[in-house]
Amino acid sequence: MKAWLPALLRLALVVLLVAFLTNPGWFEPLLKPLTENNAPVIYNQGSLLTLTLLHLRIVLIATMAATIVAVALAILVTRPAGAEFLPLSRSLVNIGQTFPPVAVLALAVPAVGFGEKPTLIALFLYGLLPIFENALTGLTTLPANVMEAARGAGMTGWQRLVKVELPLSAPIILGGIRLSVVIGLATATIGSTVAAKTLGEVIIAGLLSNNLAFILQGGLIVAALAVLIYDGLSAVERYTARRMGRETA
Amino acid sequence: MRGAPERLTGEGVPIRFDKLGVVIAVIAAYAAFAAPFATFRANRIVPGQARSMLEALPAATGPLLLAIVVVAALVALFKTPLLLRLAASAAALAALALLIGVAGTFLTPTGNTFARISPASGFWILIFAFTLLLADVLTRLELSPWARVGVLVVASAAVALLLISGSWNDLSILKEYANRADSFWAEGSKHVTLALGSLLAAVIIGLPLGILCHRVERLRASVLNVLNIIQTIPSIALFGLLIAPLGWVATHVPAAAALGIRGIGTAPAFVALFLYSLLPVVANTVVGLAGVPRAANDAARGMGMTDRQRLFGVEFPLAFPVILTGIRIVLVQNIGLATIAALIGGGGFGVFVFQGVGQTAMDLVLLGAVPTVALAFAAAIILDAVIEMTATRRREASPA
Repeated sequence: MKAWLPALLRLALVVLLVAFLTNPGWFEPLLKPLTENNAPVIYNQGSLLTLTLLHLRIVLIATMAATIVAVALAILVTRPAGAEFLPLSRSLVNIGQTFPPVAVLALAVPAVGFGEKPTLIALFLYGLLPIFENALTGLTTLPANVMEAARGAGMTGWQRLVKVELPLSAPIILGGIRLSVVIGLATATIGSTVAAKTLGEVIIAGLLSNNLAFILQGGLIVAALAVLIYDGLSAVERYTARRMGRETA
Repeated sequence: MRGAPERLTGEGVPIRFDKLGVVIAVIAAYAAFAAPFATFRANRIVPGQARSMLEALPAATGPLLLAIVVVAALVALFKTPLLLRLAASAAALAALALLIGVAGTFLTPTGNTFARISPASGFWILIFAFTLLLADVLTRLELSPWARVGVLVVASAAVALLLISGSWNDLSILKEYANRADSFWAEGSKHVTLALGSLLAAVIIGLPLGILCHRVERLRASVLNVLNIIQTIPSIALFGLLIAPLGWVATHVPAAAALGIRGIGTAPAFVALFLYSLLPVVANTVVGLAGVPRAANDAARGMGMTDRQRLFGVEFPLAFPVILTGIRIVLVQNIGLATIAALIGGGGFGVFVFQGVGQTAMDLVLLGAVPTVALAFAAAIILDAVIEMTATRRREASPA
């Protein structure tokens, strides 16, 4: 495969996505065969662009909150003062991952009501785990000679954390954030079952009215977003990994 | 979350606090004294009224439960022997489980079939706090795989006993169950069939595909890339997207329709779960086979083993724990994802979750969500134990 081909494909995907979101009418003839009985072809209970932006906003807020909390927790349990919590936090992460997103979402509803809030909670909780796990891996697998050198250079604990440990773990932590964002993009769609304004609304409207065009456009937008964001974050990850001289898997 | 340091009392006897215990004691104190223990509702959808622990239980049992909770929290707070902590957390959890049923009976007005009693935030937080303590003890005990499965069996047996004895029958979630006992088991078996069936299909297709990818390097990158992209398509969309091709197949291939393949229902759910399952199975097979030591392969070749003998006699057994890890990921993931099948008429516990969400009947949501979480959790514990057992057996067999 030629080196420029993937980049070209990605660019085409971006152009297609932007065109579809801003001018969905252009694509009406393409999707028309999928509808029956003159049903609407393009989602008509709200603008696709607005829903996409709301979708991205929910994922962004939840991932940012999850990143802050997960990295802070990982730092805490890798310090001597918090070392007691390390084994427990490991098993909690394992237990947490067995909770299905739908269950988290549905169980959050009684606590906070319908709408965006349960979705944010589910995304936040579900996003915590991969980031925490990766941050833990990053902070516990630092090369011993580098740590020794930092200590030898007379750096305080705080300086070592900010100037050595966190930058060196950055690529691995980014890997966790990437996983968390992709999971979040998917879980946000399910959020529409509890009345959150996301692209899931389009898919669910399609499922309810048996309108394949709706399902396809909702699904494809989310899939395209997921692939693009996954690729983008992978590139950032590779860049930081090269800068830190650490290879990530 | 900062742990309390060692303190000295007046007499100079050191009292040592357990850092996690401080957290647990604070949570438990809040839940026992400030949060409601049970919720009373006149019927299944109206907002509820909170009842504290002392209000929700008969005269003698309320203070008893409070005492048990306080003692268990104190055991957690100080540095105490592990076995004492184990006993305290188990006793607190058992008392909570038993007495929430008593609260259900106590709060239900006699002869009233509309009233709903459900556990409130205080109860759930207490359960969380003492489960945390129990999890900490079990982690620190470093139990063997068999012992962990044993703990799971004992816990499930205890819950089953409580369910069969009927002591929880006055709780709202079981009232929802009583109304739907038949469909509960039907959806439950559909859920398990979906999760296990798609896993089986993924193993049957994924293992040979993984072996092929291991042998043919050119194939590896492209197959894994395609599977990776499938993985990034959100579940709800993939379920929906499969309706179209399967609907087409159903209308154009009579044999497929006769097999029960429809655009809507179990078929697209099964195919979607299968597609999601492929990546972990194939990727872990490739990683597992790649991790087989060169020396083992060379020795096998030197002994004159054929390719097939080498695959089944050497490579496969050595890669098995890694492949099992993939299967564990798939099973836990499938049990969770199968809930979404309900959105496209595929059945499963998701039916109750989405019905409950639609009717704002949270007990119905719990009726679907609790068994799903329990299944996923049990599957994770059992498979983790199996993985550890195969991995240690392998290490004992070849102490290289």
